[in-house]
Amino acid sequence: MNELSLSAITLATGFGLLLIGMWGMLVRKHIIRIIIGFSLIDTGIHMIMVSLGYTRGGTAPIIDAAVERATAVNTVVDPIPSALVLTAIVIGLGITAVMLAYAVQIHTHKKTLSIDDCTDGKW
Amino acid sequence: MAKRLLIVLTLILLAFMFWDVAGNYVEKTALEALPGRYVAQGPDELGAPNLVTAVVVTYRGLDTLGEVTVLFLSAIAVGLLLTLGGGTDAAEPPKRASEIVETAVEYLFPIVILLGVYIFANGHLTPGGGFQGGAVIASATLLLFLSLPQSRLRHGLLSATESLSGFGYVVIGVLGIALAGGFLDNRVLPLGEYGRLFSAGAIPVIYTFIGLKVGTELSAVLERFKGNAP
Repeated sequence: MNELSLSAITLATGFGLLLIGMWGMLVRKHIIRIIIGFSLIDTGIHMIMVSLGYTRGGTAPIIDAAVERATAVNTVVDPIPSALVLTAIVIGLGITAVMLAYAVQIHTHKKTLSIDDCTDGKW
Repeated sequence: MAKRLLIVLTLILLAFMFWDVAGNYVEKTALEALPGRYVAQGPDELGAPNLVTAVVVTYRGLDTLGEVTVLFLSAIAVGLLLTLGGGTDAAEPPKRASEIVETAVEYLFPIVILLGVYIFANGHLTPGGGFQGGAVIASATLLLFLSLPQSRLRHGLLSATESLSGFGYVVIGVLGIALAGGFLDNRVLPLGEYGRLFSAGAIPVIYTFIGLKVGTELSAVLERFKGNAP
């Protein structure tokens, strides 16, 4: 890292969020907190992907009146990571919804949300 | 204690792995070959000013079809999980919101839906698109549930909209094989005038289908989580 650029900061923040989320998933016993840990990992990965697609001084890849069409290649950021993050956000949302539905089921059947009480599948 | 130690060791190893990536990171000053090609030729080829939309709907259209499938599957899984075990039964009827909130939501609800429709219909021109518009529509449903917990959705209409949108999306994709360059090619319809609402071939049509599908799916998921409140 020669100089501290904007995308380097978001990249480092993304990695930090990923580590915090991983720590939360490994250490916490409360199922909702584990799900929050997963969401943090998800957000961290999105930030990393967007940072990797950033080009210096780039703007949003929308070619309208504000962006000259002929020189667009030099002025916009990479559209592919943005599109992939769009996909990843939706899939993360779906997975979070399924996990929360499981949490609701565990709570209705066991009246608890601690994973220490969910030992049915343990051998 | 050993477990604690293993957790700390795992995190340190992960951090070490990331340190290498983050430490050698240099901000890019130019686009690579593939995104450069998309940016240079995308507007002429597909007629969509919003290049993220062009990538999502056409260049990587198959990924988006898979994404819609994953969202559909997760909606089914949520429905199955929450209905099999009797759902979430509220012990007591939820408290009514105040009259001011109820009246405000009745006025706001159609406006929020309209905003969602605007976002997905203009997905090829401005930031936004089917998923974002669908999420806005679902947020209107959430607003309704928060203020009027007794309200119910019409499941027949919702599943009909959802199935027809998914079907229409795949039909347009298959039409691309017959009429244009391949599966999910947007040039089955004329590209039209650049920058207009009715342009960019099938992209607005596909995004409308996706917006309707995501909006109805997420609304159904929200209703499942609301449970069978009396």
